[in-house]
Amino acid sequence: MKYLVCISKVPDTTTKIEFTDNNSKFNESNVQWIINPTDEWYALVRAIELKEANGGTVTVINVGGAENDQVIRKALAIGADNAVRVNADPSDAYFVASQIAAHAKAEGYDLIFTGKETINYNGFVVGGMLAELLDMPYISLAAKLTANGDTYEVTREIEGGEEVLEVSGACVISCQKGMAEQRIPNMRGIMSARTKPLTVVEASAEAPLTEVVSYTSPPARSDVKLVDADNVEELVKLLHEEAKVI
Amino acid sequence: MSILVYIDNAQGAVKKASYEAASYGAALAKQSGSEAIGVCVGNVDDAALAELGAYGLSKVLNFKNEALNDFEAGAVTAILAQAVEKTGAEVIVTSHNYNGKAVSSRLSARLKAGLVPGAVELPDTSNGFVVRKGVFSGKAFADVKINTDKKIVSVSPNAYGIEKGDGSAAVEALDASFDAASLKVTVKSVNKVTGIIPLSDAELVVSAGRGLKGPENWGMIEELAELLGAATACSRPVSDIDWRPHHEHVGQTGITISPNLYIAVAISGAIQHLAGVNSSKTIVVINKDPEAPFFKAADYGIVGDAFDIVPKLTAAIKAHKGNA
Ligand SMILES: Cc1cc2nc3c(=O)[nH]c(=O)nc-3n(C[C@H](O)[C@H](O)[C@H](O)COP(=O)(O)OP(=O)(O)OC[C@H]3O[C@@H](n4cnc5c(N)ncnc54)[C@H](O)[C@@H]3O)c2cc1C
Ligand SMILES: Nc1ncnc2c1ncn2[C@@H]1O[C@H](COP(=O)(O)O)[C@@H](O)[C@H]1O
Repeated sequence: MKYLVCISKVPDTTTKIEFTDNNSKFNESNVQWIINPTDEWYALVRAIELKEANGGTVTVINVGGAENDQVIRKALAIGADNAVRVNADPSDAYFVASQIAAHAKAEGYDLIFTGKETINYNGFVVGGMLAELLDMPYISLAAKLTANGDTYEVTREIEGGEEVLEVSGACVISCQKGMAEQRIPNMRGIMSARTKPLTVVEASAEAPLTEVVSYTSPPARSDVKLVDADNVEELVKLLHEEAKVI
Repeated sequence: MSILVYIDNAQGAVKKASYEAASYGAALAKQSGSEAIGVCVGNVDDAALAELGAYGLSKVLNFKNEALNDFEAGAVTAILAQAVEKTGAEVIVTSHNYNGKAVSSRLSARLKAGLVPGAVELPDTSNGFVVRKGVFSGKAFADVKINTDKKIVSVSPNAYGIEKGDGSAAVEALDASFDAASLKVTVKSVNKVTGIIPLSDAELVVSAGRGLKGPENWGMIEELAELLGAATACSRPVSDIDWRPHHEHVGQTGITISPNLYIAVAISGAIQHLAGVNSSKTIVVINKDPEAPFFKAADYGIVGDAFDIVPKLTAAIKAHKGNA
């Protein structure tokens, strides 16, 4: 079985979000970069578990510049066998998906995993685009996946509950909590990651369909209005008359 | 330019998020002097679809096929693409709910139509077609320009709101090709918590954290939620230790919500929690620690013991409802 895991590089969850160049660019100075949490904790680890159980290889792919190699090596340290980096600025989701699709078409994978969404763009789109470009089923928000040959039973989240699906053949799965448990790379993993193959390929010509023109920070909330613990009626009144929410 | 709105549904009923997508599509149509047309794939009666006229749709195209009573993103996308071709629609609107996310992203790739996922406002068309969306998990907004002729927007739940007037939509069967044998996904079971408002749709949410000490103490939270007609939510540790089901977990690694009212009980307000809730319109925090970071992100707060405050609040709301 050949597994492909799409990993994105994002700012650490505690990063202060600021913009430069007249609010057209995210300020990357002093940012600590990590693998997007759902990609690392759930998509990557579940792929590694499946490989450990059934044999095969786990390839991670990232669309980005050379500065991404550091987080890609972390994925190798956690247990991926090899990595591919498409050397290009991940300008929009369609561009990213079409680069990954081009690689996946040439290689042929049995299962493709993505995280549920990136914590910087919050798109939730690359997986669906990829599935369409590869003409594969797309199961989003998977919380559980068990394999039986090339038939998979997948539990996915739906509004107010979950549903269990069966899918056969190659497909794209977006992963969330429940899929696997985070793995911390050990010393041996870190050592072996240095020599695992990380192939850099040039991007195919595809134009992005969208562009970010500017960023804004949300208006600051005004100071909290504290209500005395002995006067909850006052809170009800404020919620009714001022906030008009009840 | 006509506008198509994808009408998401489950078990024969139109989802609430679709009323919002319809309202958004209708407002956009009005802005551009055109009409908004719904497309439904599923098992919804024509009568229920005609009601979408009240949300501004002039017409709804209905595609029914037994094999599609359960949602399948690939098939819905293929049918929607045919509706786009038939109507010549230039903008396609979906909700940014679970199914809407899957359909809009597939359709974007299929039509090579630029997509803005999770729009929070109507597009600004004064200079191209620019749509605002949340980025960095609620910590900023991005204005995203779509540079293709066909455009897709998925609307973040509760961001635009539902606009209901009157009127009734003409319902027509959609003639589209579909091969049931091509389906590779089958739904084996659906486990839905019935009678409870799904968190993603909820306008009011009551949420609680580890400060409640154990699952046995959630009765008062559920009671308050029921009284308000609110959904219940929780912080991540609470779902990690199985005090609450994990579809209630909000935050960076859980779901992102933007209800009109979010009441946070005994939750500290860590940055990863805030990421999932800070676009709520009004935030109320109840915490015994006056230094809890959540107070900085709140509109209203009470410093005190949840076990004392929550029952009092429930009683006060009961009294208020009795008077109103
Ligand atoms: C990468 C990453 C991702 C994360 N993602 C998420 C996420 O998606 N969602 C999320 O929620 N967390 C997430 N976390 C965890 C987050 O950092 C916090 O640890 C978590 O939100 C804390 O949960 P809590 O507020 O319920 O518990 P605690 O931090 O233990 O806080 C409990 C609060 O209850 C108050 N309290 C105690 N007793 C009472 C009482 N009787 N009455 C009133 N108040 C009382 C305390 O003063 C305290 O403020 C993430 C962490 C990381 C590192
Ligand atoms: N630049 C990228 N390279 C590889 N995979 C990516 C990239 N960007 C996003 N992805 C994958 O697509 C998923 C969804 O991303 P998004 O649509 O941006 O929310 C992520 O969780 C990753 O698995």
